[in-house]
Amino acid sequence: MASEQEVQDGLADIVNEIAGVPQEDVTPGKSFTDDLDIDSLSMVEIVQACEDKFGVSIPDDQVKNLKTVGDAISYIANA
Amino acid sequence: MTSIVVTGFGAITPIGGDAAATWAAMLAGTSGAAVLDETWAADLPVRIAAPAAVDPSDVLDRVEARRMDRCGQFALIAAREAWAHTGSPDVDKTRLGVVVASGIGGLITTLTAYDTLRDKGPRRVSPLAIPMLMPNSAAGYVGIELGARAGVHTPVSACASGTEAIAYGADMIRTGRADIVLAGGTEAAIHALPLAAFAAMKALSSRNDDPSAASRPWDVDRDGFLLGEGAAILVLESAEHAAGRGATAYAEILGAGMSSDAHHIAQPDPVGTGAATAMRLAVENAGLGLGDIAHVNAHATSTPLGDIGEAQAIRTVFGSTADDMCLTGSKSMIGHLLGAAGAVEALAVVLTLHERLVPPTINVDNLDPAIDLDIVTDGPRKLPGGDLAALNNSFGFGGHNIALVIRST
Repeated sequence: MASEQEVQDGLADIVNEIAGVPQEDVTPGKSFTDDLDIDSLSMVEIVQACEDKFGVSIPDDQVKNLKTVGDAISYIANA
Repeated sequence: MTSIVVTGFGAITPIGGDAAATWAAMLAGTSGAAVLDETWAADLPVRIAAPAAVDPSDVLDRVEARRMDRCGQFALIAAREAWAHTGSPDVDKTRLGVVVASGIGGLITTLTAYDTLRDKGPRRVSPLAIPMLMPNSAAGYVGIELGARAGVHTPVSACASGTEAIAYGADMIRTGRADIVLAGGTEAAIHALPLAAFAAMKALSSRNDDPSAASRPWDVDRDGFLLGEGAAILVLESAEHAAGRGATAYAEILGAGMSSDAHHIAQPDPVGTGAATAMRLAVENAGLGLGDIAHVNAHATSTPLGDIGEAQAIRTVFGSTADDMCLTGSKSMIGHLLGAAGAVEALAVVLTLHERLVPPTINVDNLDPAIDLDIVTDGPRKLPGGDLAALNNSFGFGGHNIALVIRST
């Protein structure tokens, strides 16, 4: 099980790789859509990459609840 | 009738990372052919191609590039160059159109996505796969880049696609839909599957040990085409609009002719009836006489049958006036860029007329005795001053025949 900090660091790398957002901007309070300008297709890519990186399963019906970076960190860290 | 002029251009080809480098390499008679030393090519019957001179990932932003198929990347690079070349004008975006053709579209994306599906399952297939692989993806990205709202289109007519795009773009302006249209073609098909499939058709040169000699239009020892990749985009503009903003007109798109063979899905009509019809219609559409055409940038792919059929069609249409025309085959240097070929070759014609220099056809060591036309082999050849018109021919699997008449300005 990864710590929340480890998840945040890993997620920041993924968001940077997929969407070009600087790692330091990927912080818990940020909304993927409104703050980081992540479109719905990139969000799917991010979910796929998180599943691979963290060995978790994020069902489609959960993805819509992951509105902020913090939402994703806590879901992954507690999965 | 509305006159259509070319006010800018951009390209990325096997012999140059931009239009100027491509043109300089054409005048110098440079081959873009190479041996494919990647492991995926090792077992192919044909292991040669003409890859782009510059890798698009070295030009584009990393995140931007990963959302586009390679053919979209080529188109965006060429379109940015073309738009900058025409001065990045502040125009009415509702009067700005885009026509970017492709023969195959995002083939490498399709194949890569299928590998993922097979190896990792459906939940790992990229959500970007469809927007990258669809044939209109490149046109869509160029349209977004420029904010073009007069329409974004993608003609698909195999190896005639790029030429059809220019004809369609000119029509958009003539019919009053747009003032400016970026028109051209893009292709990125250097991959094991198309190489294996074209080789299965016996369409490719198998000169694996001598790639720069593989593409040899009209030479007696030609044995098929050389697969190339890249893109070219022309800025087409109504002459009135161009004059209004003081843009340079490099050439005029004077007319287009189209026909279809209704003969065979992949073999040319042996007597070139459809090709002849397209050329005759293009000259008529341009309002010119047969004797006004000084030069032909031929389709000339370096296949045994195709080169002869086109030459016969030219003789059929032009009769004795063909003796006064000179021909060149750009594919001898760049290979066959499929849906981008006609766009790169139209760019070559624009520059030929503007610079009054015909680039050579390389590798014509022994002209096929069945060819009784004036092929420019030692080049470049100087053209005279005054009004000059030239023809750009493109033909495609499916029986598509498209000819453009381009005139000097």
